[in-house]
Amino acid sequence: MTVVSENVPDFECVDVEQVPPAQQLPALDSSNRGLALLAYLLIGVALGMLFVLSEVVSWYRIQEMFRFQSVHMYGIIGSAVVVAAASLQLIKRFDVRTLHGERIVVSPKQWGSSSLRGARYWLGGTIFGVGWGLIGACPGPMFALVGSGMGVMLAGIVAAMAGTWVYALVQHRLPH
Amino acid sequence: MTGPLPWYVAGPLIGLVVPLLLIVGGKVFGLSSNLRHLCAAVPLPSSLKPGFLRYDWARSGRWNLVFALGILLGGMLAGVLFGEPNAGAQISDATRGDLAALGLRDFSGLAPSQLFSASTLASPIGVVFVVAGGFLVGFGARYAGGCTSGHAISGLAALQMPSLVAVIGFFAGGLLVTHLVFPILLPALLR
Repeated sequence: MTVVSENVPDFECVDVEQVPPAQQLPALDSSNRGLALLAYLLIGVALGMLFVLSEVVSWYRIQEMFRFQSVHMYGIIGSAVVVAAASLQLIKRFDVRTLHGERIVVSPKQWGSSSLRGARYWLGGTIFGVGWGLIGACPGPMFALVGSGMGVMLAGIVAAMAGTWVYALVQHRLPH
Repeated sequence: MTGPLPWYVAGPLIGLVVPLLLIVGGKVFGLSSNLRHLCAAVPLPSSLKPGFLRYDWARSGRWNLVFALGILLGGMLAGVLFGEPNAGAQISDATRGDLAALGLRDFSGLAPSQLFSASTLASPIGVVFVVAGGFLVGFGARYAGGCTSGHAISGLAALQMPSLVAVIGFFAGGLLVTHLVFPILLPALLR
């Protein structure tokens, strides 16, 4: 992962196996209970509403993006990145802590050990992109779409779980 | 709703999720790991699970699963408060024309019902767009170590080169499907 608070493993970009076990588990509990969980839920509710109201969950908008026929999706992703990047700089400059007083530190993503430099990023990324083009939704919007009543997207989530499972089975044979 | 929330309102608000999650509990915005947590939570004997899926998902993933549940509820609430968005009616004329030329007729809702409905799920259309599409999203996100939120937003915001490579991959894959596969696939499936 790119940004982690001390001792908190990053489960998104650095896989569990890459984080030494001794560093994995402490400090997770305080932010995994009660009020913190309520905060995650509420941030999620706001994000889900934003996803639907801005139509980034729409298959049509994804097509519009891949056909370069509207600024809408590029504007959303671009301005989100700018705001997030500025926030990270402010967190760094003012040494902002988590609500539990933990330090927020930036740790770089790993390039991996494959002789094909960054293989997992461009190969995995392209595979993801093919799927994104077909189903027109990435994982976050899939959850929002189920909530908005698109029941068929439940099958999409199950299919995405199957893809995750197959990755788990074959990961050791793939260049990373 | 007469139109989508403008990008210059929605984008910055989505960007604020990154610092909010960090400040609440040092969490990094990234949603595809939930797919892994959900797999890890499947009640099967651990001997039947690959090592990648054998870990304490409740401990490490609870926050993110709760966050994803919030997204689901937010999607529901948006519909209740503002009505069903009609994105298909508001996309650019160029996109609409391109898709109509490929055989799409119904432009209502958030996704075309010709491709995404319970009745097409078991047909070749559903197998390609929902099952294969979802499968590749899940496989690719875990292989790349992140999805649109983890790489395109969190990763790019932290100026990570690997994330830039992944995002270029996301677009390469999407462009390939849109411009090389759809012109053959859609007319054949929708005929």
